Amino acid sequence: MAETHRPPEQFTLRVRRYNPESGEAPYWDEHTIELEPHRSVLEGILQAKARFDGSIGIRCSCRAAICGSCGVRINGEPGLACHTHLDAARASAKDGTIEIEPMGNMPVIKDLIVDMDAVHWKKIQRVTPWLLAKQPTPEREYVVAKDAMVDVTQTMACIQCGACVSDCLAMEVDPGFIGPAALAKAYRFVGDPRDDRQRERLVDLSEDPQGIFDCTHCFKCVDACPKDVNPMGQIMRLRRVAISDQHIVDANNGERHEAALTTLVRDYGLLHEAELVPRSYGGNSWFGKFHPAAGKELLSLLPTAVKAIAKGKIGIKQALLGHKLAGADLKAVQRIYQTVESRPERYELNLYISGEDE
Amino acid sequence: MPAHDVLIIGAGLAGQRAALAAAQGGASVGILSKVHPVRSHSVAAAGGINAAISLDDDWHSHAYDTVKGSDFLGDQDAIEIMCSQAPAEVMHLEHIGVTFHRNEHGLLDLRAFGGASMKRTAYVADITGQAILHVLYEQLMKHHETVDRFEEWFVTSLLRDERGVCCGVVARDVRTGAMEVFHAKNTILACGGAGQVYSPTTNALIVTGDGIAHAYRIGAPLMDMEMVQYHPTTLVENGLLITEGARGEGAILLNSEGERFMEKYAPNKLDLASRDVVSRAEQTEILEGRGVGANKDGIYLDITKVPRKRTLEALREIVNIGKDFAGVDITREPIMIRPGQHYIMGGVKTDSDGATPIEGLYAAGEVACVSVHGGNRLGANSLLDTLIFGRRAGEHAAKRALGMPMPTTANGQLNDDVAAIDAILARDHSGRRVSEIKRELGETMNQYVAVYRDQEGLDTALGVVKRLQEEAERAYIDDRGTVFNQDVLGAIELGYMLDCAEATVVGAIERKESRGAQFRTDFPERNDDEWLKHIDLTRGEDGTPRVSYSPVTITQWQPEERKY
Repeated sequence: MAETHRPPEQFTLRVRRYNPESGEAPYWDEHTIELEPHRSVLEGILQAKARFDGSIGIRCSCRAAICGSCGVRINGEPGLACHTHLDAARASAKDGTIEIEPMGNMPVIKDLIVDMDAVHWKKIQRVTPWLLAKQPTPEREYVVAKDAMVDVTQTMACIQCGACVSDCLAMEVDPGFIGPAALAKAYRFVGDPRDDRQRERLVDLSEDPQGIFDCTHCFKCVDACPKDVNPMGQIMRLRRVAISDQHIVDANNGERHEAALTTLVRDYGLLHEAELVPRSYGGNSWFGKFHPAAGKELLSLLPTAVKAIAKGKIGIKQALLGHKLAGADLKAVQRIYQTVESRPERYELNLYISGEDE
Repeated sequence: MPAHDVLIIGAGLAGQRAALAAAQGGASVGILSKVHPVRSHSVAAAGGINAAISLDDDWHSHAYDTVKGSDFLGDQDAIEIMCSQAPAEVMHLEHIGVTFHRNEHGLLDLRAFGGASMKRTAYVADITGQAILHVLYEQLMKHHETVDRFEEWFVTSLLRDERGVCCGVVARDVRTGAMEVFHAKNTILACGGAGQVYSPTTNALIVTGDGIAHAYRIGAPLMDMEMVQYHPTTLVENGLLITEGARGEGAILLNSEGERFMEKYAPNKLDLASRDVVSRAEQTEILEGRGVGANKDGIYLDITKVPRKRTLEALREIVNIGKDFAGVDITREPIMIRPGQHYIMGGVKTDSDGATPIEGLYAAGEVACVSVHGGNRLGANSLLDTLIFGRRAGEHAAKRALGMPMPTTANGQLNDDVAAIDAILARDHSGRRVSEIKRELGETMNQYVAVYRDQEGLDTALGVVKRLQEEAERAYIDDRGTVFNQDVLGAIELGYMLDCAEATVVGAIERKESRGAQFRTDFPERNDDEWLKHIDLTRGEDGTPRVSYSPVTITQWQPEERKY
């Protein structure tokens, strides 16, 4: 049995402050608090508020990582203040002082409080966030598979804290991107067997250039999520259902890009960059490069290619002919394809559905 | 200024359900909350929702269990309404999208819960409240054209016209500091309990008794405020809740001798006796020196009895709470818990349509006392209470609004509230900090108005509350701004909490018997001859509570000895 009582220690918090009424720029403010090391950063902030300065602004309520109010950045990483231990936060601080800032990608209202309506909730509303249930409504419950319900419960577990939105790199570049939280919410309906508009939802999110194919697959949201919702994983599942099950052609060329990439890896064992663009745009064969759409795309990428060659990142021969694995290795790669493609159903890994008993 | 047929204060389960029902009934609806709706404390309800949906169950059995759980203080007409309407309500939730856990046949799965004679608790892992709250919010977004949402607005007063009819509220936009009058033909309080009166508590920081104080201040009676539930399994570390679902799934309680002590206290239901019984048993073990931990003030909850796969799937949240807040892997070792403040059975007195004795004012959810919980609420009956009586209040208020003119009022109350806030902002630093007073209040209540109570302790508590009320008048804050001034709201909330605390202590002093959550060591027996009645408290001219009584409604179940 773990004895968790450890004596209180001092921790210094460096809080990003901003008062919209002062006309002053944001600044840093430091307070030293005293708490047991396994207490949360939120408890530290609340102590600073109670003892030294009640004007520090932070939304908070449950203290137990369930209400989703206290999303902040701690030492540059997004998360819940109530879900981060003081000792862990001090260990990850660059100079031993725990740095607390408001979340990113959303305007700051005051101190650690951001405008979630302007970004997060607006995007949630974009995905028609309610069940469009199959009709007629049954007298009792809809009869659905147990695993299907546990599966969508993973996205239902999202507490709308905004941590994933805070650090979404795609949204930083393209603020119009629907983003990880809202797309995870979309999966909650697409994956729900009671919903009657799954194809329409997927067509909508595929044809929107800021939809599911705007995600750059960077994993930031997966790391940020305090509830294991795995937003990027949900986006990838939306893509797989859209492409493989519904055969939807998207506005970002994502479906053709994926086909070209998987074909190239199967044929070469490695990615053949020079072939990827022409095949993605001109058709998934060696002849793709002669299609006008491919020519246009290749032309636009020419400066990038020239720069890469000039800097020695790729050779001209490699750029044109690509690289290929040796025979045995290539066969091993192709065996993976055979195994996966011979399965009657696609495996969907959902860590929320737990494994076998020990 | 906004004007609605039905204005709802609070956007947890009761409030959102009321809003949707009132909109369905054709009313114009506004819903106003001091936090974003999905931050409401309903989100923390873990274990599930009770309904007799199993084919071999019967709502009468659910009703009897509820009556017995209430220690016969619950009003049986209201309990019959709640339990008989429960199955349809759960099916409604399922139809609008709640992802209830299924059994192998694809039907709703049910788990065991405390005080229930069979498995009748529908659930979504151990995030049932969150799942229902978020699905209701999906519905609010869907119905955005008929329900106006005022998110992050803080109510400072209820309004009454010259006839004493409630006709809206004064509220402050938290984001801008702007104060506004909201006119309404009907106002529904749905803003939760008062857990922050205690420290520690499982309740969120926002649960400060706002609605109870608002109603009390305009003359509505409070009922059974002494009935405060201590949940048997709260984390020793910081008071966070470990769901009763853990024991429902098979976890057991052990004392320092490794003894399953519930065998002594509740030989039939054991660890799944009603909450008051289990909390008292734990407290007795601790007082008699059989507690665990460094201070011997805890009890072990052993969840390792539950198959690991099942724990990871159905009790996921407490796996995380154990890991994150206590450093314990609950699938491998027991976790240290103890009884902690969790719920108040008392609240604003209402009838079974949620109507209070003040015309135009309704209450539903934890803020209200219908009373379906009486002296002790059963686990997984609170979600049901919020939804059934939230819906009924919404429907009734929508009907009452038909053909009624929109009330108007003068700006007197608005001006008073603006002045009161300005006065708080202007206080010098000669008094105590709001946070200090709040801490002393919480610790006092947890010491003297807890699982075991007696006259001397309650008198002490009342003295402290009175002193703190005076100190709160001069308590100071740091923030002088208007944008998100949480400091000034905290000072106002402190006043709400002190009203609730006073009512709780006065009720506990008044009830000279032991029933449900109220255990008086100086009156250790239940006394049906004298105390089978509700205690109603109304605010007197001098600001202190006036006591009166009302009868308990008994329909089919006569009081009997309560054994688990």
